[in-house]
Amino acid sequence: MGLLKEHDFGTPAKPGPATVTVEIDGVPVTVPEGTSIMRAAAETGTDVPKLCATDSLEAFGSCRLCLVEIDGKKGTPASCTTPVAEGMKVRTQTPKLEKLRQGVMELYISDHPLDCLTCAANGDCELQDMSGVVGLRQVRYGYEGENHLDAPKDTSNPYFDFDASKCIVCSRCVRACGEVQGTFALTIEGRGFDSKVSPGAAELFMDSECVSCGACVQACPTATLQEKSVVDLGMPTRTVLTTCAYCGVGCSFKAELRGDELVRMVPYKDGGANEGHSCVKGRFAFGYATHPDRKLNPMIREKITDEWREVDWETAISYVAEKFRDIQARHGAGSIGGITSSRCTNEEVYVVQKMVRAAFGNNNVDTCARVCHSPTGYGLKQTFGTSAGTQDFRSVAQADVIVVIGANPTDGHPVFASRMKRRLREGAKLIVIDPRRIDLVRSPYIEAEHHLQLAPGTNVAIVNAMAHVVVTEGLVDRSFVADRCEEFDEWAAFIAREENSPEATESITGVPAEQVRAAARLYGGAGNGAIYYGLGVTEHSQGSTMVMGMANLAMATGNIGREGVGVNPLRGQNNVQGSCDMGSFPHELSGYRHVSDDAVREVFEKLWERPILPEPGLRIPNMFDAAVDGTFLGLFVQGEDIAQSDPNTQHVNAALSAMELVVVQDLFLNETAKFAHVFLPGTSFLEKDGTFTNAERRINRVRPVMAPKTGKDEWRVACEIAQAMGYAMNYEHPREIMAEIAAVTPTFAGVSFEKLDKLGSVQWPCNDKAPEGTPTMHVDAFVRGKGRFVQTPFVATRERSTRKYPLILTTGRILSQYNVGAQTRRTANVAWHPEDVLEIHPHDAEVRGIENGDEVTLSSRVGTTTLRALIADRMPVGVVYTTFHHPVTGANVVTTENSDWATNCPEYKVTAVQVGLKHAVDRHDAARDEEPALAD
Amino acid sequence: MTSTISPQVRMANDIAVQFRHLPVDEAAKAIANHIRMFWDPRMKSELRRLVDEDPTSFDPVALTAAKQV
Repeated sequence: MGLLKEHDFGTPAKPGPATVTVEIDGVPVTVPEGTSIMRAAAETGTDVPKLCATDSLEAFGSCRLCLVEIDGKKGTPASCTTPVAEGMKVRTQTPKLEKLRQGVMELYISDHPLDCLTCAANGDCELQDMSGVVGLRQVRYGYEGENHLDAPKDTSNPYFDFDASKCIVCSRCVRACGEVQGTFALTIEGRGFDSKVSPGAAELFMDSECVSCGACVQACPTATLQEKSVVDLGMPTRTVLTTCAYCGVGCSFKAELRGDELVRMVPYKDGGANEGHSCVKGRFAFGYATHPDRKLNPMIREKITDEWREVDWETAISYVAEKFRDIQARHGAGSIGGITSSRCTNEEVYVVQKMVRAAFGNNNVDTCARVCHSPTGYGLKQTFGTSAGTQDFRSVAQADVIVVIGANPTDGHPVFASRMKRRLREGAKLIVIDPRRIDLVRSPYIEAEHHLQLAPGTNVAIVNAMAHVVVTEGLVDRSFVADRCEEFDEWAAFIAREENSPEATESITGVPAEQVRAAARLYGGAGNGAIYYGLGVTEHSQGSTMVMGMANLAMATGNIGREGVGVNPLRGQNNVQGSCDMGSFPHELSGYRHVSDDAVREVFEKLWERPILPEPGLRIPNMFDAAVDGTFLGLFVQGEDIAQSDPNTQHVNAALSAMELVVVQDLFLNETAKFAHVFLPGTSFLEKDGTFTNAERRINRVRPVMAPKTGKDEWRVACEIAQAMGYAMNYEHPREIMAEIAAVTPTFAGVSFEKLDKLGSVQWPCNDKAPEGTPTMHVDAFVRGKGRFVQTPFVATRERSTRKYPLILTTGRILSQYNVGAQTRRTANVAWHPEDVLEIHPHDAEVRGIENGDEVTLSSRVGTTTLRALIADRMPVGVVYTTFHHPVTGANVVTTENSDWATNCPEYKVTAVQVGLKHAVDRHDAARDEEPALAD
Repeated sequence: MTSTISPQVRMANDIAVQFRHLPVDEAAKAIANHIRMFWDPRMKSELRRLVDEDPTSFDPVALTAAKQV
């Protein structure tokens, strides 16, 4: 398509039925109550001239361009701030209005650089458009008066410039930062003629609270806030609608190109997950796709100490197939396996698990969800009957009490966090359960009602204590439980035991009992209580237990099965939901059906014409153990850097070193590739054709922006390896793979590329019962029939702080970086996070003689690494925190083999460590100011 | 560093402790069922071998369960 410009209705849509009929320039239109005249006019096809209005923001009424006349009313009210009234007759174009608008435009233009022909926004400038629309032909005031044309340009942000000389002070950027993003980094400084947009207290953008989400750039009607890529490359000319490949929010984007060159990514207003918003990663950090580090040709080597040798695809695929078959001939069919990637499309994942099950002839397939949300799969299946969040993202707008447990949405899932913050500003109450004082606890216009700052590893004790209060204080939704659930009485008797009371668990969690009681009463008494959680729940020795504990709490309070409630995992990677849905776990075929189910296996066996083993295969940690034992010798790794992301790096390295064939398919030679014998170049999301499924079960299309730079679609690679191993997997197009997924997976039965292209997206289950998908699950009944209460006794992790390792390390991610950093480290996002740092409480730092920026050693019983200290009072005493975005840090050198009892998800969140001073930073160097990035 | 405890023993004991609130028979059944549903055949074989070779390394309930796998 050409360049897609979405229609701007000027003000947001109002909810409710269309009941108010008005006439706009003689054209009748019926709209919901509260709709602005501007929006009603836009719905008739009449766009009232405007500058300060846009439909992502509430009306502001400052530009005075959208004036209209209303029959029977005096004056010329602003159409953006004036709501419709029944029978109203509006005129949007009269000689009087024309004159007024021209007068307004004259004032704007008299203080604006007339450089349209050389301006980066030429062709995409609303000021330019409005000048034409109002018929501006002269500026009677001239251009010599006092003006802002010499205002400085702030080029400090790596992705966009702020050119104050072009600013019309419409406040759209300021309002976008507040209303849409919820950061409130921007303000209007000064008054009257001196008014100007400012990031904070006259700071540069890079020094301010700005999170570079791009909302201000998108809202700006001129070239004041402009992407550097547009300045450098010119205005794009065509659009491809696609889906972001970063976190599990799954934002829809317009990839805007000029020829075959990607100029910018602009969030899509009709995107179901993001509705026009974005974060710094999705909006700007796409440069890794064309980074020179990318490897575009297959490579092989006999030994991992040899140099890589580039080969053609045919040679590489034959080599892989031959080696895998040879290993199997010598060590048995179960001696090889594969790992699917949560960064790849559903179709790419599906063919890899099919290759393993049908061509390899075993169930040794697992996925990177093993190390993040596998406990979600187990816990929600046990209690609700399926492995998925219960709500869509929009649901949070109906929540009265929001509980955030072990998640840091403003960093990990920023676009969803903006939705959540909007609801919190509207008055919903917030409970945060986290060892760290995450930003949500206190940020502009938001303050958590309760922050339960528990000791790492004690989640289950806290959720049990909250449930204890619900049960013993009469907060149970008796009718919901009676109608919808089973095994409640046994569970209630268990949870009511004194050992689960807030008073009894206080010494375990460190959270005062009264705080827990108050939080439980708030959630239990809420009209709509919603739980959102992240890896701070799952990556524990009781990760699965905690998921079940939260499900128990939600069921007991009747907070399941409608908008505004639910239990919602915030998934880490873009397609972690989808990779799980596609049958990537060794015990499950697609749609979460166990391999031991004869009827399910039969469906696949008939279609695939191969027997499927009825017993589970190896999970990732089991693969490593088996490799060290010598029974697992070949591994295909699709787009995952297990050597960097998985715990206990030494053990992982030992396992990989013990294998005869490690095949890595990735964009870059990652840490795992150091142990690989074959490297198969992968495709970036810009080259993929398929679907991603986000955390709300939304299946989104991923459309190719450019041809595969590797010369081969990634899904073809697994098919060709299977073919070379003697098993035919023939598809002409990924839509055929989706058709097969739909044929074998009841929850995907109604999904097709055609439907996705027509509807934009659908949320599974999508089948005959729900042909357009299912935004809210478990509405009338749980997937398993009755919701099942499961007893969840607290069991302390074996990982304890000791005299030798007195601190507890917990790990996570930050806003600007993503996972192992393979993508974001290859973008300008490193400006915000050039290295991983160790956050440490001032007290813990002081007793160790550590100051900000010092290089410190971080040691656990399994390893030692080195990084810089960041003294942060958001950490509790005794707990330190770091990220694993940089391989040089190797945070997982210190994490252990401990894992969730049910799924083997690693216990990343609790490692006993010691921190010591390695080198004090050069205080003089650290204090030296950098040159300000101001340009004329 | 690679752990010196057999992964099968460690995992079986980790599972067992989660079911300690149940009567022994019930707990053993649940543990055995979990292992059947989620462990690869070679892991189950190794578990059975370890039951014979070094039963003292197991939690008593885990041992009862392992004998049922």
